[in-house]
Amino acid sequence: MVGLAVVSHSERAAEGIVEVAAEMAGDTRIEPVGGDGRGGIGTVPDAIGDAIDAADDGDGVVVLVDLGSAVMNADVAVEMSDAEAVIADAPVLEGAVNAAVAATDPSATLDSVREQAEAARGMEKL
Amino acid sequence: MSGDEPIEAASDGAAVVAAVEAVAERIEDERAHLTELDSAIGDADHGGNMARGWAAAAEAARDLDDPDPQAVCKTVGKTLMAEVGGASGPLFGGSLVFASAELDGGVTAENAVAFAETYLEKVEDRGDARVGDQTMVDALTPAVHTFKKSVETDGLPPLEALAKAVDAAERGVAFTVPIRAKKGRASYLGWRSVGHQDPGATSTLYILEELLAVAAAALDAETPDVDATSPTIPDEAAEGGAGDAADAPDAGEGGD
Repeated sequence: MVGLAVVSHSERAAEGIVEVAAEMAGDTRIEPVGGDGRGGIGTVPDAIGDAIDAADDGDGVVVLVDLGSAVMNADVAVEMSDAEAVIADAPVLEGAVNAAVAATDPSATLDSVREQAEAARGMEKL
Repeated sequence: MSGDEPIEAASDGAAVVAAVEAVAERIEDERAHLTELDSAIGDADHGGNMARGWAAAAEAARDLDDPDPQAVCKTVGKTLMAEVGGASGPLFGGSLVFASAELDGGVTAENAVAFAETYLEKVEDRGDARVGDQTMVDALTPAVHTFKKSVETDGLPPLEALAKAVDAAERGVAFTVPIRAKKGRASYLGWRSVGHQDPGATSTLYILEELLAVAAAALDAETPDVDATSPTIPDEAAEGGAGDAADAPDAGEGGD
């Protein structure tokens, strides 16, 4: 099953987003990760790598990210990880919900889950 | 050309460790200033993140049993990535790890150019930034291009080439002031980023200045005069005539 990692500058934001997405996620593994490792705002590649590993059961991991350094540090983590991981170019919360739903599809692949996450870019609210 | 001969002082790992320590000290000294620059247009974490990262990097470099230049660069890069907690981790640290591969055959003028080019390439790729986006790329690009040209075309000794590169970086920092940020946290401010000096470009300049100072000391030479008004990008200057070369630096004086 494709897993998810949710990366935010705020650890609490990551956890909150996972809380929302998990409602739709069935048995999908979704790992939150965020913060600078000292209780502050930021992102750290090693921690993101650990989250990717925890979310991976062999079928790969789609990584959702918030701003700037989250993207870069996730990029580093993906490069260093042994797991097959891809970053979705998507809004972090909406993308996580979409990806969570997509991952429960029995025929889901890493690409299909990422595509569904990225479909959230065009989501209209009003 | 003697570009493939080892630069003796730089091949000594101790000099490279000394450079890392000098950078750490300088960044700590400039911490408040970097924070102030980042407060104006960003999230005010650049000074603290960099100071913490470089302090840890200096310690890790000192702890190396066999500090050859490549090992020092790798260790410093990895430590920055682990400790910084922001975009500077992958940008300064990740690029350093990646570029350290170019030092495989030791530190030669040729390898130093390759190292600089690879570093720049990685920063551009990772940050998806180009010249004119109001980022560290604005300081780094002219520095790397100038270094390459000074070594390869002008045949200058590496130390003089580095001094020219520092000049170029200084003008690059000044160039970030009047432009609008298109990458990084400052880009969220749109036009309000105009008139502010980029913190990442500034710390990049500090690092280059310290590398020059330590390289000069290690080679037991006087630090070449850093003259920010000398034309170190003579390609354009030569073609455009002396007038253009003299005019160019004026555009950046608002950075002071």
